[in-house]
Amino acid sequence: MADVTAERAAGAREISYRDAVAEGIAREMRRDAAVVCLGEDIGEAGGVFKTTVGLREEFGPERVWDTPISEQAIVGAAMGAAMTGMRPVAEIMFSDFLACCWDYLANEIPKVRYMTGGQVTVPLVVRTANGGGLGFGAQHSQATENWALTIPGLKIAAPSTPADVIGMMAAAIRSDDPVVFFEHKGLLASKGTPPPPGHVVELGSAAVVREGADVTLVALASMVPVAVRAAELLAAEGIRAEVVDLRCLVPLDVAAVLASLARTSRLVTVEENPYQGGWGATLVSVVADEGFALLDAPVRRVAGECVPLPFADALEEQVIPTVKKVVAAVRSLAAY
Amino acid sequence: MDGTELLARYEQMAVIRRTEKAAHDLFLHGLVKGTTHLAAGHEAIAVGTSAALREDDYVFATYRGHHHALARGATPEECLAELMSRATGLCKAKGGSMHLTKASTGMLGSYAIVGAHLPMAVGAAWSARLRGTGQIAVAFFGDGATNIGAFHEALNLAAVWKLPVLFVCENNQYMEYTPIADVTAVARPAADRAPAYGIPGDSVDGNDVVAVQEAVTRLARRARAGDGPAIVEAQTYRHFGHSRADPATYRPAEEVELWLKRDPLDLARGRLVELGVAPEAVTAADERARDVVEKAVEAAKAAPGPDPGEALTDVWADGGAAWRT
Repeated sequence: MADVTAERAAGAREISYRDAVAEGIAREMRRDAAVVCLGEDIGEAGGVFKTTVGLREEFGPERVWDTPISEQAIVGAAMGAAMTGMRPVAEIMFSDFLACCWDYLANEIPKVRYMTGGQVTVPLVVRTANGGGLGFGAQHSQATENWALTIPGLKIAAPSTPADVIGMMAAAIRSDDPVVFFEHKGLLASKGTPPPPGHVVELGSAAVVREGADVTLVALASMVPVAVRAAELLAAEGIRAEVVDLRCLVPLDVAAVLASLARTSRLVTVEENPYQGGWGATLVSVVADEGFALLDAPVRRVAGECVPLPFADALEEQVIPTVKKVVAAVRSLAAY
Repeated sequence: MDGTELLARYEQMAVIRRTEKAAHDLFLHGLVKGTTHLAAGHEAIAVGTSAALREDDYVFATYRGHHHALARGATPEECLAELMSRATGLCKAKGGSMHLTKASTGMLGSYAIVGAHLPMAVGAAWSARLRGTGQIAVAFFGDGATNIGAFHEALNLAAVWKLPVLFVCENNQYMEYTPIADVTAVARPAADRAPAYGIPGDSVDGNDVVAVQEAVTRLARRARAGDGPAIVEAQTYRHFGHSRADPATYRPAEEVELWLKRDPLDLARGRLVELGVAPEAVTAADERARDVVEKAVEAAKAAPGPDPGEALTDVWADGGAAWRT
């Protein structure tokens, strides 16, 4: 059968984040027959975000399964299959819809290994399109990565580049633990260099994507390019910002953040999820516990406003962190 | 079913009944904490179904699941030790009464969120089909689960994908404290939903182990042959309340009396007489069951509690609980 996704990746000097999703899954499906995909519109249609284009053609209907609109059945079936020898990759179309199958993510998948005294493992990936910026309104735009962070027992990946999508997808699918994999809608069209074959980014390893000595900006997914852009603007003012891409919320690479703070002594988190309960709160609390002596200034969190996501662009940009807001937050720390 | 086979079923049911009684008594003596949802009265469904399955088939049960663990290979000692928070318990005292699991024999868990495990059983059946093993999966659930969304999503997906999964409803007539008929749009809460999904929906006497085994054998064969899922609605009655907190005073005395006359052990005993099994053989089976459970109680009592360090293990596949670097 035609190796559709590979041809596309090989022929291109750059790969989009969107195509990297299919490429990342395809690489794992080629190396492990236990990897199967299920979700709404992922097969013939190639996914509503076109993130699974080519998988059905390459791997056939026995490995790429279209489902009804039944989020509980999708994730519940993935769990049952994962407990019995498969490595399912389930798609929940929009991360807002995780709420429809929340029982599986809150009560079943993360607890079953523990409550059976380690008798079972659940090696599955739940992929989902996360975040705002596309004008989809309150129920199709939310950044929900912090929902998953409230639950012990889930690993949480949220890549910011096409290469990381492929490398972290490999790690997520190979993981014997359940992984919620947040693909950011606002990044789907972004492009980057395709990684070499066998590229794996271990879960829980943050990346310093820009070095700087004055302040650390810790960001995730679509907030990484926002933080980088802010750092570029701040450089013109003589403020050298370091940008750390967390990549994962669990495992949380606290060591990388503390190492950066040892260089910069100032911390700003850049989070799309709401300030209220956002992942930065957990990160900052660890920094307060273990890195207080490293700090020379108060910590600032630039996070989503605590409202549902509005529809109009002019309103949405009031809610989601912008480059301008990040720059302002950093400037306020420069005085210290 | 011949006398020898039925006697074996009877003995298994007797072990379950005595284990449930022991769980009840141990709770009253303060040796079991939390709650229990006893399955006394439901024994024929677990034993009859299990007898109709292959050893490598998968079973998913509910928080009322002691009988399913026992029917699928867990010992009374492992179960009671779990209830008594012992290190030797089935789940190392991390699960408790509502989560009895014996994965090594395909008993893949007892789940305490109503209906949640039906999609899991669908997934296990999907997995069996993908791996070409010929296994089937069974989800046991109560009548109350038929009104939750996961039940319907599971039935539809199983039917659409034509998966080898059986949905076995233990209709004990009460959704916790409320008669199931008062809150359900159809007379038979599980079987009457089957036509909506284009699958067979059989109703059987859930107190008759022979009837249960026959129905499940037939539908399991069909599922294994690739003809898809089916529902078995087994009519039964629980001898205790919903949980430890419930004396079940809402059930009319006449109704209770009627059902107690249809005790699955008594029915099996009657059939054994009809089949010419000697009364001494039945008595011997009862005595063996009594001995097994008495010894189990003593062994569980004598077993140590869990090492406190166990609290921070078994979250991840590597055995640990680390969430950060």
